[in-house]
Amino acid sequence: MSIDTAPAAGATALDVTSAGATRRDVMHRLLMTLGPILAALVIAGCILLAVGVDPLAYYGYVLEKGLFSPLGIQQTLTRMAPLLFLAAGLIVAFRAGMWNLGGDGQFLLGAVTAAASAPVLVQVMPSWLALFCSFLIAMVVAMIWSLVPALLRAYQGVNEIITTLMMTFLGTSFANVLVKLVFRDPGTTVPQTRTLPVEDRLPRLFETTITSGLLLGLAAIIIVHLVMTRTAFGLKLRIVGANPRAAVHAGLGVPGLTIAVFAISAGLAGLAGAVDIIGVQGNVRADWNPAYGLAVIPAVFLARMNGFAAIGFVFLLSVLSIGGESAARRLGVPNHFTLVLVSIVLIVLALAEYVDHRYHQSRKA
Amino acid sequence: MSNLSSSPVDSRDIVALEGVTKRFPGIVANDSIDLSIRPGEVHVLLGENGAGKSTLIGMLSGLQQPDEGRILVDGRPTPITSPRHALALGIGTVFQHMMLVPTLTVAENLLLGGSWWQRPRTDELEARVAEITGSLGITVKLHAKVSELSLGEQQQVEILRAMVRNSRLLILDESTSMLTPKGIEELGALMRRLVEQGLAIVFITHKLKEAAAFGDRISVLKLGRKVREIPPERFAALGEQEIISEIVELMFGKQKDDPEAVERPARAVDAQAAPLLQVAGLTVAPTDNAPGLSSISFDIRPGEILGIAGIDGNGQKQLAEALAGQRVATGGLVRLAGTAIEALSVGERRQRGLRYLTDDRLGEGTVGMFPVSINFFLKQVGAAPFWRSGVEQRAEIDRRAAELVREYDVRTPSLKTPVARLSGGNIQKVLLARELAEGAKVVIFNKPTYGLDLANTLASRQRIRDTAARGLAVLLISTDLEELLSMCDRIAVIANGSLVGTVANADDARTRVGRLMIGLAA
Repeated sequence: MSIDTAPAAGATALDVTSAGATRRDVMHRLLMTLGPILAALVIAGCILLAVGVDPLAYYGYVLEKGLFSPLGIQQTLTRMAPLLFLAAGLIVAFRAGMWNLGGDGQFLLGAVTAAASAPVLVQVMPSWLALFCSFLIAMVVAMIWSLVPALLRAYQGVNEIITTLMMTFLGTSFANVLVKLVFRDPGTTVPQTRTLPVEDRLPRLFETTITSGLLLGLAAIIIVHLVMTRTAFGLKLRIVGANPRAAVHAGLGVPGLTIAVFAISAGLAGLAGAVDIIGVQGNVRADWNPAYGLAVIPAVFLARMNGFAAIGFVFLLSVLSIGGESAARRLGVPNHFTLVLVSIVLIVLALAEYVDHRYHQSRKA
Repeated sequence: MSNLSSSPVDSRDIVALEGVTKRFPGIVANDSIDLSIRPGEVHVLLGENGAGKSTLIGMLSGLQQPDEGRILVDGRPTPITSPRHALALGIGTVFQHMMLVPTLTVAENLLLGGSWWQRPRTDELEARVAEITGSLGITVKLHAKVSELSLGEQQQVEILRAMVRNSRLLILDESTSMLTPKGIEELGALMRRLVEQGLAIVFITHKLKEAAAFGDRISVLKLGRKVREIPPERFAALGEQEIISEIVELMFGKQKDDPEAVERPARAVDAQAAPLLQVAGLTVAPTDNAPGLSSISFDIRPGEILGIAGIDGNGQKQLAEALAGQRVATGGLVRLAGTAIEALSVGERRQRGLRYLTDDRLGEGTVGMFPVSINFFLKQVGAAPFWRSGVEQRAEIDRRAAELVREYDVRTPSLKTPVARLSGGNIQKVLLARELAEGAKVVIFNKPTYGLDLANTLASRQRIRDTAARGLAVLLISTDLEELLSMCDRIAVIANGSLVGTVANADDARTRVGRLMIGLAA
């Protein structure tokens, strides 16, 4: 390798001359992202053909209902609010090398506690304070739910992938039990929590149906991105994620940081649940589980855990899921086809990365 | 590099290495090694950890490919492309760590790797095993589960597995490390019977006594180079004690015209000064794969360099980690400039001036994917002026990093380059800059020149001398006796987790330390 040949004194000068290389880098990255997505659309199109659906009609319909119709784009932007919170939580965890796959359980428990507390609190305090308190409660409950995997990982080294997944099964069931037995609205026949009146929910933006939760979600993910990239705390988490032994060697309190990561990640998932309830749904019906948590994971990976890129991919995911829901009703393609599409994208992307890596390796050798 | 002892390729060799070189990032693991392996001989590869034994075995067993040089099998150059290929060529390897499936029976383990479409031929196997074990005088319980066998028995199964596959060359990698003394003796006898049947054996060890007791031919490896070979004729001519002392001379002895040899400048350490670092009765519990420490005590005064000599893996790393606070000590006192620090955390100890320069540069010393600039400050994350109220001050970091790059002559294309892309020597400079920066009082160097080229080795040693000259206390852990002799004021020898003696670095220090290292009284 030629690394040793550059004189140290010229180090800063070299940074400037590498601007051209950076632009090539960006082009390459763009190609490596968009190319596989196109390939994935083709593959998914073949599957659609195989089940007897015209892929162009499907894609056209998804785009129209999710992006180009006024109602569709408003629904898409509204859907983004909880997804952005979840993505923010995953970015923190993944950058710190911890695989919090318990997002759904944390999300639902946050949603249920928000749905249970908000209608009660708005009767005793000003609306803004009530909503703030509900957010807080949802966040704390989700944090507590993550404590078991966090402690096990921090002090016993138990693999958090297993524990968070187990806790998410328990969490979704527990949330259901709470809806049916504890927080059930006596005034309705279907089991659901009391409904938060529309005028007490988060305000809508301007003259549209878009929830202002979108702004909260954007703020959350941007703050998370800046904390992870620009602060000492974020750097500590990244050190733990990139090389845990170096973290110990550098004297970082790894167990404490581990618990903090789980708390932040779960807290954001809880806030995602709260923002969906307080902003849009108004109540939680029994057996309600949108499974956003798992759907967001690929988006965060595609964005390589970059907050700004994640906003883009969450938007794409929203378009697909809103458009996919409409297309499902119209064209008879199952609703879950959206997930099939996203996973094909992810697999093709991983393959492309592997091939690219091998290509570079062989060129170097 | 001396080629005097290397024998030319001989028709009797079943496997021969010619000028084999293998490099890893920052390290030359094997440097132009010649080796001839003959039937009917136990060829001992002797060397410390990191001497390049495992890499050599990796290439013979098809796990790795040499960068330069060639391997001859039956006199023909043959690239050994995979472990399967190695087996097909008749090269069987018994690795340091057991490679049997503990939940299966011995017979099932021996049948693993057969064609998947065929029913396992148990009868055939039993007949074959009976034939082999009969001639070797061992018994193997074919239907016992592997997990029920002792480590020695498991090893016999592994050897048997190699024999069942018609191996002509058997490689035993550190095979005695997990055996009892009786098990070691039995293994020795078994090896003798195997070579009598015409097999070739390569026996890897770092224990001198085993090498002398079991070997027919010994090749001594040191830092990736083959230092010398002791052929069978010479073996026969000498007694065991003479062999051992000859090997000690080869492994630790001074070589003529050694460019590393530097006269140690006379420095006076103020014997009256209060010690900067005092360690008394430091004890660490042993773990599954590492020895503990028993009651380690020493003092280091300002400006003094105390060396820790010993064969690698005798508790050196544990000592360094326990002092730095990375490893829990079960007892003992550690005082830094008079204040007790044994209850403090890693960060607090560093804050007070204790610095630990790790030997594992990429594993724990740096975060490989992070830029060079950040790696300078890994141990100061959050501290002013590089962070203010927790927010990174990129300009400040880059300014200071550029200073350190200049001051320590780190050769890097830019401050943003991931540190793992630098050479070993330059990574070491980053670590030196980080640990020796302001506020250091006591510095622990763990194998500071391991794997470095000559220029970087000399530069690192000069840094360490300068450190002591500034009035800091230095603990220098090294497996390179030459290095210790050229730098230390006193040398303590560690063996099995305790200090077996301390020698002032005077004229006869070389022999006295050498004797302590192989377990004789100084």
